[in-house]
Parts: sequence; structure tokens; C-alpha cells
Amino acid sequence: MAQQQSPARYDFIVIGGGHNGLVCAATLAHAGRRVLLLEAQSRVGGAAATREFAPGFRVSSCAHLLHLMPADLIRGLNLTSHGLEFSAQGMPTTALRPGGVPLKVNQAGLSGGNPAGGDTDAYSAYVQRMRRFAGALAPLFGKVPPRLGTAEWSDRWALLGMAWQIRKLGRRDMRELLRIGGMNVFDLLEEQFDSDALKGALGFDAVLGTNFGPRSPGTVLTLLYRLAAEHAAGEAALSQPKGGLGAVCDALAKSATALGATIRTASPVARILVAADRAAGVELESGERIEASAVVSSADPKTTFLKLLGAKYLDTGFVRRVSHIRARGLAAKLHLALDRAPQFAGVEPASAKGRLLLAPSLNYLERAYNHAKYGEYSNAPAMEITVPTLNEPGMAPSGKHVLSAIVQYVPYALKAGWQDERQRFTQLCLDVLETVAPGLQGSVLHAELLTPLDIEREFRIEGGHWHHGELAFDQFFMVRPVPGAAQHATPLPGLYLCGAGCHPGGGVMGTPGRNAAQRVLKGSV
Amino acid sequence: MSASSKNLAPMNLAPHFKKPLLQTPFHARARDLSQVDSFVAWAGYTTVDVFTTMEQEYFAIRNASTLYDLTPMVKYRIAGADAVPYLNRLVTRDLTKLKPDRVAYCVWCNDAGHVVDDGTVFRLRESEYRLCTAERQIDWLLDSAIGFAVTVEEVTEEIAALAVQGPTTCAVLKAAGLAGVERMKPFEIGYFSLAGFPVTVSRTGFTGDLGYELWMAPSAAEPVWDGLMAAGRSRGIRAIGSQALNLARLEAGFLSPNVDFVSAEHTLRTGRDRSPLELGLAWLVDFDKGHFTGRRALLAEQQRNPRRLLVGLDIAGNKPAHNALLYAKADGKQEIGSVTSAAWSPTCKRNIALAMVDAPYFRTGSTVWAEIYLNRELVWERRMSRAEVVERPFFAPSRRRATPPAEF
Repeated sequence: MAQQQSPARYDFIVIGGGHNGLVCAATLAHAGRRVLLLEAQSRVGGAAATREFAPGFRVSSCAHLLHLMPADLIRGLNLTSHGLEFSAQGMPTTALRPGGVPLKVNQAGLSGGNPAGGDTDAYSAYVQRMRRFAGALAPLFGKVPPRLGTAEWSDRWALLGMAWQIRKLGRRDMRELLRIGGMNVFDLLEEQFDSDALKGALGFDAVLGTNFGPRSPGTVLTLLYRLAAEHAAGEAALSQPKGGLGAVCDALAKSATALGATIRTASPVARILVAADRAAGVELESGERIEASAVVSSADPKTTFLKLLGAKYLDTGFVRRVSHIRARGLAAKLHLALDRAPQFAGVEPASAKGRLLLAPSLNYLERAYNHAKYGEYSNAPAMEITVPTLNEPGMAPSGKHVLSAIVQYVPYALKAGWQDERQRFTQLCLDVLETVAPGLQGSVLHAELLTPLDIEREFRIEGGHWHHGELAFDQFFMVRPVPGAAQHATPLPGLYLCGAGCHPGGGVMGTPGRNAAQRVLKGSV
Repeated sequence: MSASSKNLAPMNLAPHFKKPLLQTPFHARARDLSQVDSFVAWAGYTTVDVFTTMEQEYFAIRNASTLYDLTPMVKYRIAGADAVPYLNRLVTRDLTKLKPDRVAYCVWCNDAGHVVDDGTVFRLRESEYRLCTAERQIDWLLDSAIGFAVTVEEVTEEIAALAVQGPTTCAVLKAAGLAGVERMKPFEIGYFSLAGFPVTVSRTGFTGDLGYELWMAPSAAEPVWDGLMAAGRSRGIRAIGSQALNLARLEAGFLSPNVDFVSAEHTLRTGRDRSPLELGLAWLVDFDKGHFTGRRALLAEQQRNPRRLLVGLDIAGNKPAHNALLYAKADGKQEIGSVTSAAWSPTCKRNIALAMVDAPYFRTGSTVWAEIYLNRELVWERRMSRAEVVERPFFAPSRRRATPPAEF
């Protein structure tokens, strides 16, 4: 392959055009730096893309709802003027119950599905308390995490600030937060509620996208994390961008371009170049080499360090930590092209436009998880379902519909291998959906299943984990993704991380990209 | 990466848990020659501490020939297309310069630039190496192999090893039929036949004297031992234990792991790890060869003022300064370090020691004071002895490097 020398020299090269890479590039460009963003696919978006999975049928590839992107980020980058619109906002959540009446579970309260005796009151107390906790934790999201054991005053102030946020909750709330912080969500919900459907729905949010069942340790942390991220996002709540999640990235790309960043698609990076023990640019798979003063990677940490950079530029202990990052995905995506609108039993039209959860009890979730531990899938998977075409008919041919579901738990390394099981598992999902939406099977024109293995291949995420690494005590905040790279800077001078593998983590949030840009602009410390 | 650790079959299978120490292939010979039944545990084997008397064995090292059973030395086979980049990223020296059939002394560090272990790297073929170490560390070696096309396997039990050290050893080996061994240069590897068995010989050792190390299959161990004993009878050959070797290595200024430093993978307390710069091994660190584990930390350390250094001491009097604390002045008020190894050197006729000394007292020529305790028929006496910081090694005879070595 002929090696061209690129004429332009950039301040920063950002690897990967997912939402975090785009936010980072836009923020760096906004600071007046010359930025080149390189995306492997033919269009930006990464895992936050919109795909045509059947002729005329379009759907968000992975996440299908926007609820974590901070409002000030959307405003700051003028995403609305760059074309971001919503086909639905403040979407309701409904807990489906096979053979029963669905339960509506929203911030405002519970309705339908007769929740058990005291649950209505208990729920409103729970929502308020969790909201206060989320508010105390939310300030952690917008900043580069502090380091422990340094003599830096900035680190000490940040740690003191954290402690103050929690102390500020007052004695009762602080005690409660510290009590529940290390619990599992099963025990937490069991002590507060009676209704299985309610507990299933609330527990599902704690384990969505994780390798945890509701009885797994640390699942209250993951729940608080999600709530705090939503709190930090501000007014957005559950939203469906017009044109799918890909539209968010399209708007980000336009914003970044308008701010002066250069975006090149269909330019997969083969490796990060190193000169004099510093990241000096990248080499594309085409052989083209592009120089820059620094490289910022939105790829997951394993891909960045072990594939793009290579262990030979890193110390053994660091490589050991990176290779131990738990980053096997356990969530799959199911896309159905439907001949007509699905009819969910007992679900009113307004609710059908929202988020439908198929996790009728905590034990249902736990059983669904059990199999995954042994490399198998359950006969009764849990799902988060949306029908985006009810809010935006244009996502499918006239009169047709799309069903989009996140399916749990679906092992990356299925014991039986995905080759033969793909069809069987897809059919199993349809059978399960049939129990809550009778007649659905007859309307399926096309079905697409993206297993974690597919997600790994298609989006170049090692392990196919949406969050680029499990969100767990040992992999979050100031040790995310690993000590030595948790403040965006890495052991190699001039190489930074800006993806979901960084604090605050996954979800279509953009915060890691923005925090990283702040850190990159500070330069080497 | 494809890396594996072979499932090793113990040599004596009898209920191992009841008698956990293994015996080396030389054990029967050692048992025969042991007069004082002084055996010690070494890396999972039972080996001889003293055969007759330490002094007798020590003087054989410096004046004749000695056999020392090296088998428990931990050995790793490292092979594969990436063996060179792998090793060069592992150790602080530039091993791209190591030619086939040559040996290099190396140290390797953790991310913080603190020494994990020291050892020797043998380049046996184009891309096959043997790493000899004091400690077992397959986990560190395998983790270092992530991203490299190498295999790493422990071969300790597959190779019997014998150190043949002393001024008459070249003559003994020639008498044993190793024609051409006199042409071997220090750190060279040669291939010979002894008592009908193939033997790999390296001109290496831990005594600072003329000497060789012989590497062979376990089945060759006893015939080789017998062949050497027969060939060396007229040249004063004798078997030696670890005590005599320890004195010789101290005279030669060599470090002993877990004595002069503790592996950074094993220390529990902060501040107990040692960098190669602190151990006086800066000459082993090549910052220009490209990245290696610990490089960034060592570069940063190099730019700071050194805090402490392992140095040689020449101490007044003849009482070894075992474990002595060191002071800036004779009044014993300001503590500035401690002795890690000490002995009266019979050959140098000096009272020598290795000591970790704080800045600025580690400069050659500085005077420090050693607090020495003496037990005189159960009555303890305390001495404050003047000591001078001196260059290592304490003893470096020209015969250790002479090629060809002298005839005897």
C-alpha cells in the first residue's frame, strides 16, 4: 500500500465518530484547535447510529432512547439548530404482564394494573428519595474524576466536594444512601414494595445493559448511577430523536464541522503511531499516516490499548489491568419489521408510544440471568421494547411498523455458538413477545438480531459491551476504566481516552467526550 | 499471544505433600558427600548448605575447582517470533544486541520501575531464549506476553544444572574431554559432550572467579558429576554448598534476591521496593532502546535527586557487620541506612559489606559508622565501627575474564 503523507497537521486526531468522539471533537474545535475525526464506517454514529435493517425499515442500532445527554451539552453544541428534533419526549414507561393488566410506572406515580396495597405511597416516597440521591451524585458526572493519594489540592477539593454533596443530604438521607449503596436491588425493592410487576420494572433499570441479575452485588449502585445520569442530563427524560439515535450523531457531526473540525468517514484506524514515547498520529488501514500533536480515542480501552496502540508501548502491570477489564456484553438488540402496528394486550395507545418493559417480576429477571452465567440463554428473556414508528411513522414504509427491543440476557460467548442458535433465539424472542402482543408473529416481515458478538464486529467494541466495560464498583468513577487511565490521560503521553470506557460511562450521554476534551485542553500534567 | 506453562511432573512422585521438598538429580551424590548433613530448602528443592566446612569450600572456589548444584535455579524457555521484542520489553537492557550463544545479566521492573527480579538471559538459538531467575514468576512473564507471539514455559525440572567454579576449572573441563572450552569467552555458550551426554556450557557464574555453568538433561546429571569429580581429583575439586557460594558472591559484589533487595511483586510495605538505579544497576538500564516496563517511571526517577543507593562498605576491624544500622556520625544519632550483606573477606583481607545508604552519604569515599553487635560467650557487645563507601566489586581477579584461562 502506498503511503501518502497527509499535508495537514492537526492538533488532535479523534478516533471514532460515535457520540463521545463527536462531542469531544466538537468541544476541542470549539476551543480553536485543529481537529480531525476519523470514523471507520461510511457514516458517523458508531453504536448510536440509525440503520436500515430491511428495505424501508429504519431503527436505532443499539440504544433506542435518548435520556442521558445533558441538556446544556445539547444547547452548547447547538444541536437543535443542527437538525436535532424529537418525535417524542417525556415518554411513559409501562410494565407488561403476560396474562395480566399492565402497570404504568412513571415519575408522577403508578396507575393501572392495581398495584398491591401500600405500593402507591411507597412508590412516591421511593421516587422522591431516589431523586434526592441522584441529585447528590449527579455533580460527579460532569467532571474528570479526582485521583486518590496524590498531593494535588485539586484532587483533595474534588474528594471533599463529593463528601459534602453526600453530607448535604442531611443525616437521615445520608445514612440511607450509605446503607443501600452497596446493596443489591432485589433486597432493596423487596423491603419497599409488594407488587411483582413494580419490582420487576424498577429492578430492570438497575440491570439493563449489565452482567448482573437483580440479586447481584452492586446493583443498587448501577441503579443510582442511571438515575444520577438522568438527573445530570436535566429536562430531557426519555426521548425519541426524530430519525433515530443516528440523528443525534448527525447533528453532532454538523455542529463539530461548523466549529471547524474535519470529519473523515470510511477511514478505519489501523494503529496509533508513537514517536519518542509520545502519540504522534495514526496510520489508517489504507496505509495513510496522519500526524497530530495528540490522539484522543473514543474506542473502548481494550481496543485502544491492545489493538490500536499495542502492549509493546505499555507496561506489563497496566496491560494486565486493561486485559482484565470486564467488557463482555450481555444485551442483544432485536429489530422487527412489522406489517401492522403491534397490539400489546391491555396497553392503551398513549402507553404503546412509550417504553414497554417485559420483566414481570424480579425472579423473572433473575432466572433470565441465571442461564447467562453458564453461557446459555433463558427461555424467558427480559426486554425493553419501543415501537418507534408510532411516534415517527417515517421510519417504516407507509402503514408498516418497526419494533425495537433490547433483549437480556444474551451471552457474548454462547456455549452452543451463535451460528446455529441465532434463528432459534430469534424465534424464542418472537414467542415471548407473542405472550404480551398476541398476533405479533403473523405480522413479522423481517427480523434482525444483533448479539453482543455482532455488536463487537459491527461497532468495533471489544466484547460487544454497550458501555465499553461493565459499570461496577471496581470499574467506575476514579478507577474507570483502570487506574492509570481514569483521568482520560494514559501512560503514553499524548494519548487520551474519550469513550464510554471512561467515567461516567456508557449510554448516549456525551459526557465522557466532553470531560475528555477539558482534560486534553489542559495538556500534559 | 500463545503462552503456556507446562504441567510439570515432579521428579519424585511419592506422596509429595508429606515430603514437599523435591530432590535434584544430583541429590544422591550430595547425600554421599555431605559430612555435616546440612541441607536447606531452595525454591522447592532440598540442597546442600555446607558439605564439610564453609571455609574449606570457600577456599576451593578461590584456589581450585568446585561443583555447586544449580538445579533449583528457576528456568524459563521463551520462544517464538516475538521473543526478542518480548524480552526487550521485559528487561531494562537492550537485548537486541545479544547474539546467539551469548548470555546477558538483566533485571526487570514493574510499572513503577521497581525491580521484580534479576537473572540471566541465554540466547540459545535465533529466537529461543532461556531466562534463569531466583523466583518463580510465570504470572508476570505470561502477563508480559499479552500482545506478543511468544510461548513461555517453565523448564526448571527438565534441566539439571551444575556450576563449576574456580581457577582450575578450565583445566578440569578439558581433562573431562571438553576440547576447545578454553576458547570460550565470558558470557559465551558452547555445546560439548561429557561422559557421553550432551552438555551445554556457559562461561557464567556467581563467584566472580573463573568458572562455567553446565546445563544438561536430568539423566545426565550423575554421569557428568562423576566425570567431573574424576577429571578434577588432581586439581582439588570439591562439592560446595550455598554458604561458601554466598561469601564468594559478596566478594564479587553480586546482589542476592531477598537479601539485598526484595522483589517488588512481594513487598508489602511502601518504600521497600528498589529501583535498579537505587541498586547501583544503572548500567543495566538502556533508556534509548525503546519502551520497556518501568521505563517512564525510571526516567522520572533519574530526573530526581537519588534518595538512596546500594554501595560497598569497607569496615574497620574484622567483625562482620551483619544487619548493622548505619549512622552519619559515631554518636549514632542520625540513621542513614543499613547493611544488607556482610562478611570478613578471606581473600581481600577486608571487612566488607553491601549496604543501602541514604543521600548524600552513598558517595564513594564517604565515611559512615556501622553499629555492630558481637556475641562473646553470650555477652553482647556493641561496636561503632568506621566504614568507608567503596566501589564494587571487592574482588575481581583478572583470571575471571582471561581467555584462554591459565593451565593447571
